[in-house]
Amino acid sequence: MTTLSVNGKTYKVDVDPQTPLLWVLRDTLGLTGTKYGCGIGQCGSCTVHVDGEAMRSCVVQVGAVAGRHVTTIEALAKGHVLHRVQQAWIDHDVPQCGYCQSGMIMAVVALLKEKPQPTDADIDDAITNICRCGTFQQVRAAIHAAAKA
Amino acid sequence: MTVKARTAASALSRRAFLVETTAVVGGLSLGFNIPFLGAAQAADGAAAEINAWVVIRPDDTVVIRIARSEMGQGTLTGLAQLVAEELQCDWSKVTTEFPTPGQSLARQRAWGNFSTGGSRGIRESHKYVREGGAAAREMLIQAAATAWKVPAAECAAANSVITHQPSGRKTSYGKVAAKAAKLAPPATVTLKDPKDWTIAGKGLKRLDTAPKVTGEQVYGIDLKLPGMLVAVIRDCPVNGGVVKSFDAAKVAGMPGVKRVVAVDQSGVAVVADTFWNAKTAVEALPVEWDPGEGATVSSASIAALLKEGLDADKAYVGNKAGDAAAAIAGAAKKVEAVFSYPFLNHATMEPMNATALYTPERCEVWAPTQNGEAALAATADAAELPVARCDVHKMILGGGFGRRGRTDYVRQAVLIAKQMPGTPIKLIWTREEDMTHCGFHPISQCKLTGGLDAAGNLVGLHMRLSGQSILASLMPQNLQNGMDPVTFQGLNPGGAESAFGYDVPNLLIDHAMRNTHLTAGFWRGVNTNHNAIYVECFMDELAHAAGVDPLEFRRKLLKPKHRAVLDAVAERAHWGNPPPGRHQGLAQIMGFGSYVAACAEVSVSPEGKLTIHKIVAATNPGVVVNPAQIERQVAGSFVYGLSALLYGEITVKDGAVEQTNFDTYNSLRMAEMPEVEALIVPTGDFWGGVGEPTIAVAAPAVLNAIFQATGKRIRSVPLMHHDLRPA
Ligand code: FES
Ligand code: FES
Repeated sequence: MTTLSVNGKTYKVDVDPQTPLLWVLRDTLGLTGTKYGCGIGQCGSCTVHVDGEAMRSCVVQVGAVAGRHVTTIEALAKGHVLHRVQQAWIDHDVPQCGYCQSGMIMAVVALLKEKPQPTDADIDDAITNICRCGTFQQVRAAIHAAAKA
Repeated sequence: MTVKARTAASALSRRAFLVETTAVVGGLSLGFNIPFLGAAQAADGAAAEINAWVVIRPDDTVVIRIARSEMGQGTLTGLAQLVAEELQCDWSKVTTEFPTPGQSLARQRAWGNFSTGGSRGIRESHKYVREGGAAAREMLIQAAATAWKVPAAECAAANSVITHQPSGRKTSYGKVAAKAAKLAPPATVTLKDPKDWTIAGKGLKRLDTAPKVTGEQVYGIDLKLPGMLVAVIRDCPVNGGVVKSFDAAKVAGMPGVKRVVAVDQSGVAVVADTFWNAKTAVEALPVEWDPGEGATVSSASIAALLKEGLDADKAYVGNKAGDAAAAIAGAAKKVEAVFSYPFLNHATMEPMNATALYTPERCEVWAPTQNGEAALAATADAAELPVARCDVHKMILGGGFGRRGRTDYVRQAVLIAKQMPGTPIKLIWTREEDMTHCGFHPISQCKLTGGLDAAGNLVGLHMRLSGQSILASLMPQNLQNGMDPVTFQGLNPGGAESAFGYDVPNLLIDHAMRNTHLTAGFWRGVNTNHNAIYVECFMDELAHAAGVDPLEFRRKLLKPKHRAVLDAVAERAHWGNPPPGRHQGLAQIMGFGSYVAACAEVSVSPEGKLTIHKIVAATNPGVVVNPAQIERQVAGSFVYGLSALLYGEITVKDGAVEQTNFDTYNSLRMAEMPEVEALIVPTGDFWGGVGEPTIAVAAPAVLNAIFQATGKRIRSVPLMHHDLRPA
């Protein structure tokens, strides 16, 4: 039994502690906003925050986050008020298929926490998520807009 | 199971789950999410269906029905704009829904073709969806006029409001919708001239964005149904092979495992409570394969097969003028080059998946599919039920790119569900399964031979393609006397779809079909991807050999519409005057009914590191429905095309695909993304596609720029295999 805190709620989950956090979020807790893209830490679709830091949840064992605070895309907005990164995504019409965007947004929120005014080089270094639809040009514009917001 | 019952169960369970958040939970979550329950349900009692395309609720909400699939390309928004334009409704009140293919069949295919590929979503349905919007508008006006006892001709509609012009009386669509729904549709409607458009033709935002930034969008992979189990499959690693045996007992006791089932002859799946448990068990399952004849095939043997085709006597002729062989033989200068292009995987961000609920009476499927009707046919076939007792609920796709026009994963889900009647089964492919099982972008080689006269004019050209045919793999019934006409995309003698742009007096373009044991499939851009590299890189070589500027060399040979897009990028990119240290390359092609061109700007460091700084792209799609979305499709297509150029390659060893995930099949990242400037230069006289055409020009434009930078002609991709240090 692993106790973990997700989006401010405490859960006890009865799964093998080696299960990737991604699948506990999706299948056990029903939080399907966090996506599976590769399962090997390559694509970033599964990015969540653990104690405020961006992590690729497909390569984090649930046992390793026991007692730590996990935040997923579902908890980014406060009620009906979107996070400024989500708002920038809407203003710039960023998503195409949208499948990568939960992870993209979580990675960007973590970047802006660390570097509130990131340069293009900062963005290139920090945002290594794959987007097969190719939204990077809009992503970059939206990051700069969110930084100014 | 009725839809109403499902909705109730869903609401109840979600509540129950929320108040129990600190309770112990194991296995699969009890929360359900069942998206858009289909047209009939969404159009509840109070909503009025004016016609197949338009439903209006009393609160003035306009529900526009969309038959084509939305996979990120923006078709949903574009088609809604076209309907709304004719309907004259308030765009801020527009929402959309997908009718199911089953509902369409029950109404004599009221929504027409569901297939969404070949950049055809808008260009092939614009007329009838606009007519649907116009007919609905006329019926709404008539309903108001009848109520006011005035002639309809005295009434006009705008922004969902109908006004009786002489008296100034007004009413809204929502108020007259119920009456309008009972009227007969008008016999004829007149469509607006695009120059008068106020909704279509504008760069409006997409309608489907909000749930994609909050995590609320339910993709196929996210679906939850009461009692649902999850299946993970392993299909034979060698295409064409079969399962000899598997030892289910070895994994039967593993956590969460419910069943181990055979799927057709070639696959085996574990059904468990969660994805992770199913995946862990199916990977531990001992399986003995009979790989069949494909086991002897390797990338080297395929390359040899294709090489033989380059000089084979027999080939299908796709385009011919004059006598190419004689002209080349008599030319002052002969230029020859051999190119190749690999297999590619689509690698949609969301892996293949489908959910099926089978009972002996009925089979329902929820699937991300580019072809709802084909998915329905596959469902009925696998379920062995009449089509009328099956249906497919289309989900928003986490990427399509051509992959989801196939129905292999739908069939598998149904075959698994059939072995567990009454239990919804969500089949999810691992990324590894997805990477190794695909209808791959076809592999090919090409030998080009050109003859220049003493003045540097191109007098003869022979382009011999040798490679795999998509139609032979997927729809052999569509071959024409053995020939695959799709092979000649961008190379055809004429026509509205994909004509060869150059007027060459003596021309021969032919194809030696060489098929492999892998399945070929439609991959964004399809055959224009390699055809554009072959033609446009060779044109550059010819220009160089003739000592003529590559733009001028092309301009002399190009037909007007092809030349116009090339001129547009050359002018915008200041062709011939790149910034210091940067080098330019050009390319053009016609594909999917549109004319496109690109000018790439690159630099290559002394260490051979390539930087693609900028690509200016021009598109003439005829009529423009949403310029903002065209810009996004252009930039997005370049990411897809450049990913292939830099890294994309599926190789074969002992008959099996060697790449398994994004670590061995990389995709372009943020840091490598060039600035893309999309020029839209519509001529307004035809309807072309948008999602695919530009992808093909990115790679040849960059390759030609690399030659300018390094003096090296790269004739095979991906670039990761090449040393780009200047020669
Ligand atoms: S799913 Fe975790 S990085 Fe791809
Ligand atoms: S929006 Fe489709 S993968 Fe990024």
